[in-house]
Amino acid sequence: MSKFKKNNTTVPEVSTASLPDIVFMLLFFFMTVTVMKDDNLNVSNELPNASEIKKLEKKDRVITIHVGRPNDRLVPVLGKEPRIQLGDKFAHLSEIGPYVLSRLTSMPEALRPYAVISLKVDRKTHMGLIKDIKQELRTVGALKVNYTTYEGDVFQNLE
Amino acid sequence: MPRRAGAPEVNAGSMADIAFLLLIFFLVTTTIETDAGLDRMLPPIEPPETDVVIKQKNIFQVNINKAGQLLADGELIELKNLREKAKAFLENNGDGSCNYCSGGRRDASSSDNPTKAIISLKNDRETKYGTYITVQNELVGAYNDLRNRESERLFNRKFTDMEADYIKQETPPSVKEELKEKITRIQEMFPQKLSEAETTSGGSSS
Repeated sequence: MSKFKKNNTTVPEVSTASLPDIVFMLLFFFMTVTVMKDDNLNVSNELPNASEIKKLEKKDRVITIHVGRPNDRLVPVLGKEPRIQLGDKFAHLSEIGPYVLSRLTSMPEALRPYAVISLKVDRKTHMGLIKDIKQELRTVGALKVNYTTYEGDVFQNLE
Repeated sequence: MPRRAGAPEVNAGSMADIAFLLLIFFLVTTTIETDAGLDRMLPPIEPPETDVVIKQKNIFQVNINKAGQLLADGELIELKNLREKAKAFLENNGDGSCNYCSGGRRDASSSDNPTKAIISLKNDRETKYGTYITVQNELVGAYNDLRNRESERLFNRKFTDMEADYIKQETPPSVKEELKEKITRIQEMFPQKLSEAETTSGGSSS
């Protein structure tokens, strides 16, 4: 009996001294590969798929416009018609021009020629609204657009 | 009182907790996605001063109706066949001036050569955005396929890869210079003329 007892008492504790290092490694990994979330989405935003895509490299020269049906919790108030979201709030079609121009002026002058409008549009939206948005963008001279999509099989969009 | 041998050690046991807090903060406030999509240029708002007259046979008209059906060059076709049809139109080589076009499918009623060929896209207000993107993707894909083919023949590299490298910031300027030359050469072979501008046909042409 005494033989066994002697063994039990000598289990060494697991050292946790390297735990901070491991956590810091994780932390630095996430700090480098992620970007800050900038706006809360009030519209549903299921982007379509595409295969011939190009990456939007730098965030500082991208102006984002969200379009889609209001979120489920907002449907009772706002209805199901697709809406435009600029920054944090819903906007009317006529506000797009001024918004884009104000964002352009807040950019450093050197970046302005490279500004890209990223259109994040829900795949179920009708083209009429998109056409109107494009017309608004043309009137303010913001001609570089990017139809932001997910990478994937394009024929899934048709369902 | 006797002097201590050295400063007392700071307890580092709570370091892990602090690091965890920071980690969780970053996990919650950041997203991992990088955006990507189809780059397009919108036509400027001012109409061109002189009306451009283009031969009907040099235009590949694509119409999408509100049910998502596709009319390409007067034929009702499936979306899956659009890419092939657009490619055939682009390198039809009607006047024989394109020496890099394959096939030699010379159809007098189709485009003269790749530099003259124009694809015109029209859609209904009721068309779904998803369908529109699919069509855009297939048309851009047709151009990319042709450009990749020529690029691989001339430079042993895909055109899309060269373009991606050119955009990247890490690429040194000397390499960029070289890439730019190659890219413009391919672009001149197959200029992307994908128009959504308003077109009028015939009638008052002079």
